[in-house]
Amino acid sequence: MSTTTTTPAATDRCGAPIIGVATPVVGGSRTRATAGTAGLTTSELERSERFAQVRAGELGSLHSWELVTAVDGPGTRLTTFLSGCPLRCLYCHNPDTMEMRRGEPVAIEELLGRLRRYRGIFEVTGGGLTISGGEPLMQPAFVARLLRGAKEMGIHTAIDTSGYLGSACSDQMLDDIDLVLLDVKSGDPETYRRVTGRELAPTLEFGHRLAAHGTEIWVRFVLVPGLTDDEANVEKVAEYVASLPTVTRVEVLPFHQMGKDKWESLGMRYELADTQPPTPELVERVRGQFRARGLTVR
Amino acid sequence: MAITAEHGSAVTPPPEPTTPAWHGFVAGPWQDGVDVRDFIQRNYTPYTGDASFLAGPTERTSGIWAKLAAMFPEERAKGVYDVDAATPASITAHAPGYIDKDAELVVGLQTDAPLKRAIMPYGGYRMVENALKTYGYEPDETVREIFTKYRKTHNDGVFDVYPPDVRAARSSHLITGLPDAYGRGRIIGDYRRVALYGVDALIAAKKLERAELDMERSTEDVLREREETAEQIRALNELKAMAASYGYDISGPATTAHEAVQWLYFAYLAAVKEQNGAAMSLGRTSTFLDIYLERDLAAGTLTEERAQEIIDDFVIKLRIVRFLRTPEYDALFSGDPTWVTESIGGLGEDGRPLVTRTSFRYLQTLYNLGPAPEPNLTVFWSHKLPEGFKRFCAQVSIDTSAIQYESDSLIREQCGDDAAIACCVSAMTVGKQMQFFGARVNLAKALLYAINGGRDEISGKQVGPVSAPISGEVLDYDEVRTAYDTLLDWLAQTYVDALNCIHWSHDKYAYERIEMALHDRVILRTLACGIAGLSVVADSLSAIKYATVRPVRDESGLVVDYTIEGEFPTYGNDDDRVDSIAVELVRSFMEKVRRQPTYRDAKHTQSVLTITSNVVYGKHTGNTPDGRRAGEPFAPGANPMNGRDTHGMLASALSVAKLPYDDAQDGISLTSTVVPSGLGRTRDEQITNLVGLLDGYNVSKGFHVNVNVLNRETLEDAMEHPENYPQLTIRVSGYAVNFVRLTREQQLDVLSRTFHGGL
Repeated sequence: MSTTTTTPAATDRCGAPIIGVATPVVGGSRTRATAGTAGLTTSELERSERFAQVRAGELGSLHSWELVTAVDGPGTRLTTFLSGCPLRCLYCHNPDTMEMRRGEPVAIEELLGRLRRYRGIFEVTGGGLTISGGEPLMQPAFVARLLRGAKEMGIHTAIDTSGYLGSACSDQMLDDIDLVLLDVKSGDPETYRRVTGRELAPTLEFGHRLAAHGTEIWVRFVLVPGLTDDEANVEKVAEYVASLPTVTRVEVLPFHQMGKDKWESLGMRYELADTQPPTPELVERVRGQFRARGLTVR
Repeated sequence: MAITAEHGSAVTPPPEPTTPAWHGFVAGPWQDGVDVRDFIQRNYTPYTGDASFLAGPTERTSGIWAKLAAMFPEERAKGVYDVDAATPASITAHAPGYIDKDAELVVGLQTDAPLKRAIMPYGGYRMVENALKTYGYEPDETVREIFTKYRKTHNDGVFDVYPPDVRAARSSHLITGLPDAYGRGRIIGDYRRVALYGVDALIAAKKLERAELDMERSTEDVLREREETAEQIRALNELKAMAASYGYDISGPATTAHEAVQWLYFAYLAAVKEQNGAAMSLGRTSTFLDIYLERDLAAGTLTEERAQEIIDDFVIKLRIVRFLRTPEYDALFSGDPTWVTESIGGLGEDGRPLVTRTSFRYLQTLYNLGPAPEPNLTVFWSHKLPEGFKRFCAQVSIDTSAIQYESDSLIREQCGDDAAIACCVSAMTVGKQMQFFGARVNLAKALLYAINGGRDEISGKQVGPVSAPISGEVLDYDEVRTAYDTLLDWLAQTYVDALNCIHWSHDKYAYERIEMALHDRVILRTLACGIAGLSVVADSLSAIKYATVRPVRDESGLVVDYTIEGEFPTYGNDDDRVDSIAVELVRSFMEKVRRQPTYRDAKHTQSVLTITSNVVYGKHTGNTPDGRRAGEPFAPGANPMNGRDTHGMLASALSVAKLPYDDAQDGISLTSTVVPSGLGRTRDEQITNLVGLLDGYNVSKGFHVNVNVLNRETLEDAMEHPENYPQLTIRVSGYAVNFVRLTREQQLDVLSRTFHGGL
């Protein structure tokens, strides 16, 4: 006897709700558990001047910076979380980085100064710079300058991206990137749209471009029960990843509920409130699917 | 016969030109006078390999440890296992004691039975009586009569000489934890000397020192030294007698590795039989003993298993050092610590690593016997240490959290390459330097005094000198800083006054005979001042400078609270705006301390260290301008305030690393906590990354760090007893959360991720 599968009411909706511009900025860096732009002078400029500097890549919108170990690339890294992202992932654990207007304006020199300060640390820990977000490629001019500055100091660079805005990444930028942490959020375009509100194709395209360029890739896949865990969906991701010869590592990240409070404090509706973290068995199954294709899974 | 009288530290060599005990050792000046460092440098073999040679515990070792482990639950439940309430301790006061006489490789206990504590009334009788009553023991009438009627104690002596300012500052908790009712500790005898030379040669050397003193006129200083030397010689004779009661003649040098460990332990045992010091540290013994172990291994008279067994047995003894203390004392020092600190590793002045196989063997005890806080294994870290040793340390840290790290280069610049840590962070040259332990002043409370014109913010009493309280609706940085500066001038003077009183009395009534017998005659004494509440003051001044802070006054005009509008940078984020305030505080207070005359011309030093007494200091301090509420704990040591360091563990550490060691030569303490998955996804990656972090902190001039790598049990305990873990922070996918504030469901999720999978 077959049972009727209950279809979630929201299947016709894609991605998380976008907050209206009228919604006051209630969250932002100040309320993040670990956050902030401490140590960086934030810029207070006239509106027109500010836009000019943003276009020139001299000014970026920064959510926060952090010195992290082991999570955003090798060694100990200065991870800069930029503000603004074109995706609206249902499981986003940093929804306070979705909007560029919630970030703090920071001059490129300020960030480069901090980078310079940590050169010795990067050297002994085998670390470097990771540009995360948000979506780094939302601010390509700023990111390009940051990458260039880092390479001029001989610092290892990584960007953490969904690849959706891959076309905004110039060849010069690619030359300045040592590692891309590429989020492949789904293999199936429909599921991708449901999860992020956007199309899958640009990500796939960007991955191929990285591989052709010879850029090292760590692929990240967030495993959300009932959303991204379908075996066929995972299989598509694995098949795609296996087609990229420069992938050196796949990280299967089990969904967690630690970002829940942020959605609430931002006044945003959180669709995954009742979703459970994946069981160890499920995580193992998915990791196995990647391993079966000869990929190194962490 | 070659005898040098340099520094009065000469030794008469044994009859033969080279005694059989020294067979195979490279000769040098160490044979002509007491010079353990020279012996080490000429004879040790650096080890640059990995940990694969190590041996596990033997059945014998596990058996002995199991016997003790079976006694620990009762000790924990009662507070003490047993006490000998009738016998005031001395080196020879107690008959020999054993855990398992036939099986023990290294013998000797503080009293006649394991875990039985002795009374040590010379520091202060009241402390002894309080402790006995607390644990249900009847104080002995005769002992009471002796120490209240006939024999003055250190505690009595101090209170005879304290001036009123000191008493007021002490009772208002502005200056706290002073060693005026208990043993000061923090003195490391060079226990290695007993193994290398034997007691008779050391007595001969002391007699020579005495002869020098006899040639000088009998002034007060000379008389004191003559009396001290006489006491030292007496103590050395008692040490021999104590060893003899265990069936050992230690008048000559040790002839084997086994004997070297035993000789060295007897010397240390004599110290902990007699002195209930706040920290009874061991020194730097592993590489010294390695010379003996390697000699026997090479001769084929020892196997690796046996070598490890001897070290394991030695460490078992160090783990069961016990003192009778009061619950108040334990609250201040958090637990019942003995600080049997052993310093391991580092580099020599010639650049060779001082890492030997025995450095590994000491760390291996944490596996063979299981993790334990004592002995307090302390690694002198340098990014130049051999990779194999660095990786083993990181691995042991991840598995046990039981290692603390100190900067080898900062210590070597200050104390040379034969230095060791007393307590947690106080470096000293072994046998050539001692300190006058000075606890610490509460800088945060002092800031509140400055704002209130010298009145106590809780009691309203006038404690400091009368000055105009800060008036006005908004606190002005310059005005507050100036008032604070004036208050600190008075505090530094009162503080050093207190310490001079204490150490004068301690030398007189509770002199550390055996520890000082294992020092040169001419030594460097430091007056180790300390500050607590640094991060509270730095953040408070930052708030006053960068935000708007309004004082809230009660009807008597006393400022009892503060309202803060706006944001301000906080210490712990590698943000120079506020870190520079912390640096300036350390500098300026040190400067003020240096202006004060010291007892015995001790050199002024300072520590930024509180262990966990930060809780007690916080309890006695009112609301502070940084938003901290009255009674809330301070951050431990030089740590940033919990939750205000939001840019990662290393950024937090880099703020601490800015504090100048030159102005805090008694040490700067940092405690960092990580979960294993916060270091990497695989064990290999975790080890590599922890080595990287330690290297990174080291090259950034960080002085000290306790690395706590949380284990599953800790997290589970935190779920059951959240009140004990207000500061437990866990990193999850790119950001940190306060563990005890998570829902139970989330906590279980963190638990399963942390120990089963990646985050």
